[in-house]
Amino acid sequence: MGLMARVSTIFKSKVNTVLDKAEDPRETLEYSYQKQVEQLQNIRRGIAEVVTSKKRLELQAARLQQSADQQDANARDAVRANRDDLAQEALTRKQGFTSQIAGLQTQIDDLAREEARLTDLQQKLQAKVESFRTQKEVIKAQYSAAQAQVKIGEAFTGLGEDMADVNMALQRAQDKTEGMKARAAAIDSLSENPAFAADALPSSGDSIRDELNKLQASSGVSDELAKLKAELGQGDKA
Amino acid sequence: MIVRILSEGQYRVDGDTLEQIKVLDDQLMEALTANQADRFRELLATVAELVRRGTALDPEHLVESDLILPASDTTLEEAKRLFADPA
Repeated sequence: MGLMARVSTIFKSKVNTVLDKAEDPRETLEYSYQKQVEQLQNIRRGIAEVVTSKKRLELQAARLQQSADQQDANARDAVRANRDDLAQEALTRKQGFTSQIAGLQTQIDDLAREEARLTDLQQKLQAKVESFRTQKEVIKAQYSAAQAQVKIGEAFTGLGEDMADVNMALQRAQDKTEGMKARAAAIDSLSENPAFAADALPSSGDSIRDELNKLQASSGVSDELAKLKAELGQGDKA
Repeated sequence: MIVRILSEGQYRVDGDTLEQIKVLDDQLMEALTANQADRFRELLATVAELVRRGTALDPEHLVESDLILPASDTTLEEAKRLFADPA
């Protein structure tokens, strides 16, 4: 059996738990309609949560950018004062901030995708719920309980599938925002404590890689220092 | 056949495309079992692309799917969790 058939099987069991069937199919219709309306509210809340997390990260990125700009200004002042040691220190801190900003940007993009995904699902579900509401009224008005049973079968499973789908998408978005909260808190403490910034390269969990990253960062700092000196007309004139 | 891509929508897919999908679908399962994250990601993207060649169903239609594909950006880890926790 391939992957898709397995996913379908798992999904069918989710569908049954999303929509409990009542004795009278016409009651089931009412009940599942309520469920759908609730779920639309859940999506709206989910979108709001993603947007809030995204804004928070954007604010953090802006704050880190200010810190990076500040270190850049420090480095310039240090070069003017012929203090290469200070300039080097400031540029190292600046690099730390810059790499954190890049990390944040990846997460901001990720959340923007989640927001778009949920918004799209919300619109589709809205259309389905509307269509279900119309069908529900027709079935209730025109059919006996037994006939209604037959009539609603397909619409019911189709809709349950959509709702289970939305549940999963919401869960994924939530997992992502949760993971980002922890990281955001860590970055907050970093930007509040500049001493941290000197060693701001996050550990990759591989000590050799970490050393190489440091080496790369430090040669990046030397390059930037040389550039800054040239720009300020203070390069080695020898 | 009606194929759903999770968090995306439903498509009607038939004929040759469906045959191609079935072959790749078996390979997807192999990649998952063999923990091949890169291969899994590539195959998933290819299958999703093939499904999208079908006719997109109007969201107002309420029909059951014959096959369900995880969201096209599902990671190997997420897919495994899906199978591990069917509740």
